[in-house]
Formats: sequence, structure tokens, C-alpha cells
Amino acid sequence: MRRVLAVILVCALIAGVGVGCKAKAGVVNLGGIFPMTGASATFGTSSKNGVDMAVEEFNAAGGATIGGVKTTVNYINEDDTGLPEVGASAAQMLINQDHVIGIVGAVMSKVSLAVAPICQAAGVPQISPTSTNVKVTLVGDYIFRACFIDPFQGTVMANYAYNTLKVQTAAVLYDNGNDYNKGLAENFKASFEKLGGKVVAYEAFTDEQKTVDYKAQLTVIKAANPAFLYLPNYYGSVALQLKQAREMGLNAPAGGGDGWDSPDLVKIGGAAVEGGVFSTHFSKDDPAPKVQTFVKAYTAKYGEPPDSMGALAYDAAGLLLDAFKTCGSIKGSDIRDAMKNTTFSGISGAYKFDENRDPIKSAVIIKIVNGQQSFLQTVNP
Amino acid sequence: MGQFLQQLINGIQIGSIYALIALGYTMVYGIVKLINFAHADIFMFGAYMGFFLAPVMAKIFGGAFIPTIIAAMIITGLLGFIMEKLAYRPLRYKSRLSALITALGVSIFLENFCAMPFIFGPTYRAFPSMIANKNITIPGHLGLVISNVLLLDVGVSVFLMVLLFWFVNKTLMGKQMRAVSFDKPTASLMGINIDVVISTAFIVGPALAGAGGILYGTTYGMLASPFLGIWPGMKAFIAAVLGGIGNIPGAVLGAYVMGISEAFATSVNSNLGYGIAFVILIAILLIRPSGLLGKFVPEKV
Repeated sequence: MRRVLAVILVCALIAGVGVGCKAKAGVVNLGGIFPMTGASATFGTSSKNGVDMAVEEFNAAGGATIGGVKTTVNYINEDDTGLPEVGASAAQMLINQDHVIGIVGAVMSKVSLAVAPICQAAGVPQISPTSTNVKVTLVGDYIFRACFIDPFQGTVMANYAYNTLKVQTAAVLYDNGNDYNKGLAENFKASFEKLGGKVVAYEAFTDEQKTVDYKAQLTVIKAANPAFLYLPNYYGSVALQLKQAREMGLNAPAGGGDGWDSPDLVKIGGAAVEGGVFSTHFSKDDPAPKVQTFVKAYTAKYGEPPDSMGALAYDAAGLLLDAFKTCGSIKGSDIRDAMKNTTFSGISGAYKFDENRDPIKSAVIIKIVNGQQSFLQTVNP
Repeated sequence: MGQFLQQLINGIQIGSIYALIALGYTMVYGIVKLINFAHADIFMFGAYMGFFLAPVMAKIFGGAFIPTIIAAMIITGLLGFIMEKLAYRPLRYKSRLSALITALGVSIFLENFCAMPFIFGPTYRAFPSMIANKNITIPGHLGLVISNVLLLDVGVSVFLMVLLFWFVNKTLMGKQMRAVSFDKPTASLMGINIDVVISTAFIVGPALAGAGGILYGTTYGMLASPFLGIWPGMKAFIAAVLGGIGNIPGAVLGAYVMGISEAFATSVNSNLGYGIAFVILIAILLIRPSGLLGKFVPEKV
């Protein structure tokens, strides 16, 4: 009798384990890895909002038909806290435990670089909404991105500084422990010098999550007397850098990249960030009707207008889900092929991937005027 | 020359905040021969108290800075007192290793407890601006610009240090503290209440760290997370060792040396700036382990 009971219990256990593992028929999982906490937390919140909206619209429009079964998508969001190791373990969990059909993420290039090899090895398509570092898509053919890359971004700001602001000298302060900041700094320096300008100071610090005092580097920069400050860092540290720069009388105009794109830039930096310019992917002031519809819907749902992260995450998820619907299969290789050949038109532009799965897209330049983001111009590649 | 002076001034500003933390480390060590690892987290707690109390104080008193710093000092002093009573007093006559491990435990507890979402939360906070920033250009051709926040940091630090020196050298309680740090058993035989003296050290030290926390928040404007105390705390501890642990003027000297060397090292290379603190620690332990102002007390057998 005891033996029979034991056998029944073991069978029940195995059945129970089996039930938890696979997604139910008719529902597939989509994974997302974003920095929900940490120094770039606003990026994570916006991105998750964007993906949520895309998934909701996809399911409301009828979802996809896989093997004759109407299938909707269930979105699972993971927090990478801004650290590559946490992102990597989140990717493992999403792939092995939740059997996701694809991963939208990450925001930071250094996290995407940690997640990409895992997705590539498992054959799960990954699309990063905002990782701009060149190396990300070079990991493998399952890795895509929805944004422009840093060589382009660095050039955009170098052109703006040299041709529009007409400055001849610039100084750079960047995080040398982060691929994103380093890549942008190098690209800006190369482009600016090619135009004929001179980078008079090229200072570094390590790990913007841990550093609060930039005065030593700013003093060196001030002594070199630059006409323009290039700060290719995330909004938290940029706010501190500009505050400290203005406190020591360093009033040169400042510029940066899409890491500046957060409402908290003004919240932390206050008057010090006034007049700053940065290159990014999307402006809510874009008059195109598609964009305005999206902006209105996002604002109504989340109480604040979308930033680049939200818009790009919405497009990235939309693109992946569109490919999923087109190929009608949950196999990674099919979805990947559909993505490669996509003609998806998102709110941040039309998507056409080059041979490295990087889209050819324009940038917008935004200026901080009276504490608000103000659209300046679009720059086409 | 201008850049040299500017870096020197930067270093003095950083050093002032380190000094307030280092004083707490050194006082506690002098009296109970315990390195209070949780001291860095009291500094963090003070900074967060500033974040929460500043709007309240602004409403009640109008100007926010002085009431906030006093309130933060009282709260952190109380925290230090509770910490001593709960965690260190039961281990007072046990081995020093137990007390050290307990100190580590209190530190980890404070950091992670405060990082819980219903306490302070792990995300960053923008510290309320209580002092409007005004730049003061020093006349002359050197082109030095200092901000009034810098003057505030140094001014408040020096004021509190002078207050501490008066307390330790000119009051009865200060005399009792010096006696206990010199020879604890004999002091108790002379009728000094050891419990009261130790508790006082654990109120005054943390109160200074709390003031340091407010200055940190005012200077940098952002509280990254409840783990923000680790790095400044480590530098302040090295400062205390540099000056001679247990020696109060030594802690101040050590802190300014640390701050200035950090400013100069970072201007050369940012990674050197991080490492210079430990280079100094290794150097002082090899060359003069009792510290710059400390006296080498041989162990009498």
C-alpha cells in the first residue's frame, strides 16, 4: 500500500513540475530585461511601459496564429539593476524557465553585451531598444537593435558643436568603465577632430554609479579652457557633473548623448543643465500623426509623456511581435529570419536592417529650455 | 598654479566631510578599542534624514539648513546610542573579535534594511536644495572660483571640530572620556561611570557623522542609494588610521591628507584617485603603524 502511495506521489510531483514548465497552449511568453532599479531607473520604467503597450495592442488586435491556434503574448519583465551579471542571469531565467520566444532588452549597452551571447547560444532572438554600442549586434545573428549606433551619435553631436555652435575646442568627461560612454567619447573625439576642431581635455572617471565628486577632473578641464563640454554619460551623473562644473565657474555649453534623456535630468540637475543639448532617438514634439497618437495614448495610460526609451521599447516589441505574427512559428530561427527581412514601420521611423542587424535611422537633437525638453532638429544619416 | 590651488581647495572640501566621519571612528576606538564598521552607515542615515526632514523644517522654521542639521545630529546620536546598547554593550567584556563581527553585522543590516522599499528604497534621491549656490570669484589673476557650498562645508566642519575639542578638553565629561581611553579599569576604580562615558562617545561620534551626512547631501545633491556610506566611510577610516586611531587631532589631519591626495591623484588619473587611499593605508602601516600623531604604546607583559 505504501509503495503504491509513493509511486502516485512521485507521479503527481513530476506532473506538477511539468505543468509549471511550458507555457499554456495559446499563450507564449515574451521576455524583457530592463533597469527597473539603480541609477537609470527611469529608463527601465519607460521601457517597460512601452513594451506593455505594444503587447496589449498586439493581443487586442487578435494576436498571432501559430499552427492554427490563436495565440496571445504574455509579457514577463525582469530587472537587471543596471549590472551586466544580473542581466545575464535574468536572461538565463527567461530562456530556460519561461521559454520566451524573444527578449526585448537591455537598455544599457554593457548589459546587452552580457545578455547577447546567452541569447545567441540558445537561439532566442534579442532586440535591444536602445543599446547603441557597436559591439552588441556583432555578437551574432540573433541579436538586433532598434536604434542608431554610437559612431553615428558621436558624429551628430560633433557636427552640431562644430557647425552649428561654431566652437573650435571641446573637452570630454566620460566613464571609462562602460562601453557606451567610452564608445561615444571616442566617436565624438574622432569626428570633432576630423572636422577641424581640437579636443583640449579628455578626462575619465570610473563607474558613475559610485562616483559623486567630479571636481578634480573638472578642474583639469577648466584649466584647458574648452568652448564646449561633451558629457556622454547617464543623466544622474551628468546632472552632478554640470552642477559641479557651474559651481566652479565652468560655464561652457554642454552636450551629450541619449543617456541624458530622462525627466530626472532636470530634477537632479536643476538650473545647471539649462541649455544643454543631446542627441536622442525620439521627440514627443514630432508632428507626424502616428507619433502624436502614440504620445496621447501613452500619456493617457501612464500620466506622463513618453521619452525615447518608451518609444523605442514600443517599436522594438512591436517589430518582434510583428515578425512573430508574420512567420507564424515559435521557433527562434524563424522569428529571426522574419525580423531580418522586416519592413516594420514604427513611431521612431521606418526599420530596415543592414547586414549587422542595425537599423538605418535618424537622430533628433533636443535642448533643455526652461527645464523642459525642446525639439531642435532631426539629423538624417 | 591656479589649477594646483583649485585642486587643493577641492581636497579641503572633501577632507572636511571625511573629517567629521573619521572623528567618530577614532573616538569610539579610543574608548572601547572597537572599530565601528556601522559608522559609515550612520553617516548614510544622517544624509537620508536630511532628505526627509528638510521639507518639514522648511515649513516649520522657514530656513531649512540649521534645523535640519541639528535634527539629523540628534537622530543619528540617538541611533548610535541604541546601537551601542543593543549590539555592543552585551559583548563589552567578551573577545574583541566578537564585537568586530557584530559591528560588521550591524553595518550590513543597516545598509540592506534601509534599502528595503518601505524604508528608504534602493533608488536614488535628489537631495533637497537648502542653500542656493553662489559662485565667488577670487580676485586676482589665478581665476579661482569657489562656491558658497564649499565655504559652508569647511565652515560647519571646523565649527563642529572646535566644539568637539572644547568638549573633550574643557568639560568634565570630556575629562572622563580621556581617562577611560587611557586606562579603563583604573578609571572605573576612580568612580567614573563607564557606561555613561561609553554611551556619550556613541552619541557624539555618530552625531558628527550625521552632520557629515547632511553636508554630503548638500554638496553633491544626490543620494545614490543606502550603500552610499561605504566608500566615504572607508576613506574616513583610513584617515583615522593615518592620523593615529584613537587620536582626535590625528583624525582631522588624516582626513585632510586623504581629501587633498584624492583630489590630486584623480586629476592625474581617475583610477589612481581610487587607489591612492589604499596606497596611503599600506604605506602608513608599513612605515609608522601608530599613525602620524599616534604614540606607539608597547604592550606591557
